[in-house]
Amino acid sequence: MINVSRLSKIYKMDTVETVALNNVSFSIDKGEFVAIMGPSGSGKSTLMHIIGALDTPTSGKYILDGQDASKLSKDQLAEIRNKKIGFVFQSFNLLPRTTALKNVALPMIYAGIPKKERIEKAKILLNQVGLEDRMEHTSSQLSGGQMQRVAIARALAMNPSIILADEPTGNVSSAQSDEIMRVFQNLQKQGHTIIMITHESSVAAYAQRIIHIKDGAIEKEETNKKERKK
Amino acid sequence: MDFIELIQSAFEALLLNKMRTVLAMLGIVIGIGSVITLVSLGEASSQSIQTQIQSLGANLLTISPGAQRTAGSVQGAGGSNTTLTYEDAIAIESAHFTSINKVSPEVSRRAQITAGRNNTNTQVIGVTPNYAQVHSISLQSGSFIAIQDVTGLKNVAVIGPQVVADLFGGADPTGNTIRINKIPFTIIGVTVSKGGSGFMNQDDIVFIPIITAQKTIFGIDYISSISLSATNADTMTQAENDAGYLLLSRHRISNVAQADFSIFSQADILGAASSVTGTFTALLAGIAAISLLVGGIGIMNIMLVTVIERTREIGLRKALGAKDGTVVTQFLIESIILTIVGGVLGMILGIILSLIISSFMNLPPAISAMSVLLAVGISGGIGILFGWYPAKKAADLSPIEALRYE
Repeated sequence: MINVSRLSKIYKMDTVETVALNNVSFSIDKGEFVAIMGPSGSGKSTLMHIIGALDTPTSGKYILDGQDASKLSKDQLAEIRNKKIGFVFQSFNLLPRTTALKNVALPMIYAGIPKKERIEKAKILLNQVGLEDRMEHTSSQLSGGQMQRVAIARALAMNPSIILADEPTGNVSSAQSDEIMRVFQNLQKQGHTIIMITHESSVAAYAQRIIHIKDGAIEKEETNKKERKK
Repeated sequence: MDFIELIQSAFEALLLNKMRTVLAMLGIVIGIGSVITLVSLGEASSQSIQTQIQSLGANLLTISPGAQRTAGSVQGAGGSNTTLTYEDAIAIESAHFTSINKVSPEVSRRAQITAGRNNTNTQVIGVTPNYAQVHSISLQSGSFIAIQDVTGLKNVAVIGPQVVADLFGGADPTGNTIRINKIPFTIIGVTVSKGGSGFMNQDDIVFIPIITAQKTIFGIDYISSISLSATNADTMTQAENDAGYLLLSRHRISNVAQADFSIFSQADILGAASSVTGTFTALLAGIAAISLLVGGIGIMNIMLVTVIERTREIGLRKALGAKDGTVVTQFLIESIILTIVGGVLGMILGIILSLIISSFMNLPPAISAMSVLLAVGISGGIGILFGWYPAKKAADLSPIEALRYE
């Protein structure tokens, strides 16, 4: 599904070079739930951006679904983000003053899906995350956990094979955080590949496999034997 | 994402943020409205000056007395020159020049007028019947001074609407009596208003027969000026020469440089006035340029701020799969809608404002298509440019940078 080999990312600020990723290689199979852990500044966000087709590596190969994504044009990357990847951000990133329904329907606009179909699909997805009574609420009328569930529904809009979550529980209460993690586990059961970035081991415990990153390189990989179940 | 969908979502986005939309639109409305109003008012004032000059009479020549520059001649006291007489005017008329249509000798002084308890100080002009044709005077009631009134030394008067208002409170005074320097005159007519504003108020005026004015009121034997109307615009120069040489021979002056009178044509006045209106036009262009600049900067600011504020939104849309082109097109359509709606509203505001102000200032309504085009074109262009350019820059950022934008 995902195959990363000898991936490097170097940021150039004037004359100073910062190595964010240094020769990182790993692969993730279809249907896996992987957590990427590391302290801040370890390069985990950069890795996530490259996997999410939001950024391109300085060198190395990133094969996504058999396609080399490290050498695509901006528009091709946009299409991959739209069709194959669903994002869940730490700060939710919902459109302000816009209803939950329209937020969920947003990615489908860019895929050219007709309006009627978009609204129907968005309703089904909001049902799935348990927000059927919050469809016409705008983000200011929702709690953190509810906003994150809207964001998850939005990530699922195009039925992507990969769901990328960047600190998805960073801005929600611990009770709601458990609830959100169970949503991710359910999604995995439905066959989605889930890649999650976190620095909390309690959250990482929901994953099957944990990749530890430090100073731009993989420190260790472990299979999570005590995988948390409900 | 098809075009109709883009337009729909642009409208949705504009409606979602009413405050932002209203502010941006207000910038455009005020920018365009003020340019149209200012330019139209300037245009109206300049037209008003020209029509006032033209209303003084068509193809008009004015002969004014002047001091003869030869030793031994008698100078009129107090700056008033006495070299022109009623007989000079009759002589020009009797010569029947083909270049000259009508000759109107005039005596003009200020005098105290009373009617009952009311009194006013106004311009009294001694005239012949020709005055009405030469100066395009028409009457709203009664009749003008007739030749019998002049030769018969009658005490009759034709008064302007301003005098009617001052002395009779607006009621038709025909047949009533006024006193000019205590001598009674019967009112035989009232002139039509020629416009009360301007530098020569032709409504605050009293006409009486010229010989009556000379003998009965002012006790003089000279006249103030002779107005001539040329047969048409092409014979103006010929008329000036014909009248000029006749007067020179009557006054026994052989050297033109020593003439004891001078002749002005309306072309001279128009020439002087057109240099005034030229200055005026330059002033207007300056005002228009400054208001366009100010309006444009206002529009630019609000559009820039609006789009920069939405950088994160642009980042999010890109992360969710919007292509750069789609994002830019969406913002472009939003700013086109803003500009069109704001432009139309601004146009309406500008037209209404200039109509209201010009009616308050007694100016003719003059909305120049040029100013409307200029205002809408430039402000609209700025609105669209500064809606598009920051959106383009934001779309060029990588989605991550845009999402992190604070």
